[in-house]
Amino acid sequence: MLRQRLDIPLNRDSSVRFLPWIIGLMVYLAGLALAGTLVLNGTLARWDRSLSGTLTVQLPPAEAGKGDDALAAVLQTLRDTPGVKNAEPLGAEATTRLLEPWLGNALSADELPLPRLIDLRIDTDAPPDLAALRARLAAAAPQAVLDDHRLWLDRLASLVVSVELTALAVVVLIGAAAVLTVVFTTRAGLAVHHGVIEVLHLIGARDNYIARQFERQALELGLRGGVMGLVLTIATLALIGHAGDATALLGERVRLVPVLELRFWHWLFIALLPAAAAGIAMLTARFTVLRALARMP
Amino acid sequence: MIRFENVGMRYGAGPEVLRDINMELAQGSFHFLTGPSGAGKTTLLKLMYLAERPSRGLISLFGRDIATTPRRELPALRRRIGVVFQDFRLIDHLSAFDNVALPLRVAGHPEEQIREHVTELMRWVGLAEKLNARPATLSGGQQQRLAIARAVIGRPSLLLADEPTGNVDEEMAVRLLRLFEEMNKLGTTLVIATHSESLVARFGRPRLHLERGELRLERPRELQVG
Repeated sequence: MLRQRLDIPLNRDSSVRFLPWIIGLMVYLAGLALAGTLVLNGTLARWDRSLSGTLTVQLPPAEAGKGDDALAAVLQTLRDTPGVKNAEPLGAEATTRLLEPWLGNALSADELPLPRLIDLRIDTDAPPDLAALRARLAAAAPQAVLDDHRLWLDRLASLVVSVELTALAVVVLIGAAAVLTVVFTTRAGLAVHHGVIEVLHLIGARDNYIARQFERQALELGLRGGVMGLVLTIATLALIGHAGDATALLGERVRLVPVLELRFWHWLFIALLPAAAAGIAMLTARFTVLRALARMP
Repeated sequence: MIRFENVGMRYGAGPEVLRDINMELAQGSFHFLTGPSGAGKTTLLKLMYLAERPSRGLISLFGRDIATTPRRELPALRRRIGVVFQDFRLIDHLSAFDNVALPLRVAGHPEEQIREHVTELMRWVGLAEKLNARPATLSGGQQQRLAIARAVIGRPSLLLADEPTGNVDEEMAVRLLRLFEEMNKLGTTLVIATHSESLVARFGRPRLHLERGELRLERPRELQVG
């Protein structure tokens, strides 16, 4: 269907030669932005899932002789709370180990007034009432602080949302740039082939007949460019994935490249980009031509 | 068939190229359109084949007032008009065959029918050997015949030709005029703009004469000019 004879020799225009490359580049950029957004979204969901099963209770550094009482009271309260599966205080050693990346191993726990941490595992299917738990903890030990990581996660989520919105804006801008590119290419085609278009018009061609030639051309070029962009996107994502796997071998802490976890529907979404680009190109060409033809007598 | 009432035409803010044109051409009539260069012959033809809208006045074609006919209905009217342009306006990247086939394709005729009709007509205008030739490779006379073939392939009710014999010798001009006469006999209304006084004299048809934007009729019995 795409290789049909064109009454208007659009395929010979120099402006048309660059269109697939421009569209290819746009699909590539949009593909990367989209993949980034999808990965980020997936990561946030994973953090949310893994964090929602854990809570931490923090007690300030113990005053001489009082600390263990408060700890015992808090532990008792926690263990009596329905929905709490497990409550284990972190030993001094474990706490020191947590601080090691920041303070090094030159300091020992004895030299610093460290807070005591209690790690809680909760039943995610029947979680405890956190407000009630806070009130009971306050009664047992007024200094105890219940940290459900919600604040941290919320901040992270809003960061992710703003990154996603930026990516979305990038995709929209790329789409707008694609539309403008097709508009200008189509207008150039209309100007170059004005003579042929006028003949077609005068021998009784309907606007649709003329517009179809432009839209077919735009569809073909859009698809060609889109597929090029898609191949480039997939290659880049594969490369990033490969680099991610390679650095993962060095251990979790030295991971330089994010893990790309794209699901089937993510790939489907990315694979639809060339079709979307070609569709946008086709519709843009069509409306540009119809608008121009409407000015003819 | 064609009626002009007080038609005036100017391009942009320029002077009026045509002034107070009043005429009525009956169906099946055959007129020459004469006048010096720049008298407005091409503009008058353009108004007839709907390439321009008049600045004032009323044009009615096939019984339809052009000013009130919706734009979407104009292509159907245009398909009933065959035009031989002064500069042929053949489409260079299409073969001779495809150029002639264009009006039929635009009108959505089936491809087998197009092949049959176009081949037959090309034989008739002496271009049977040139079906696949590009217009640029044809001589001036061959291009002119190709342009005429494209104008008549759709069997138009109205045939408008702007200097259709300008690029051919006298003998070919007469042959082409005979072709037009044949079409006229079959009911096609003809208006042929020409500079050739000898052709006008030879075929003895009524003449619309344009001078300084005004139309004058010679041989009033076949035409009413207001």
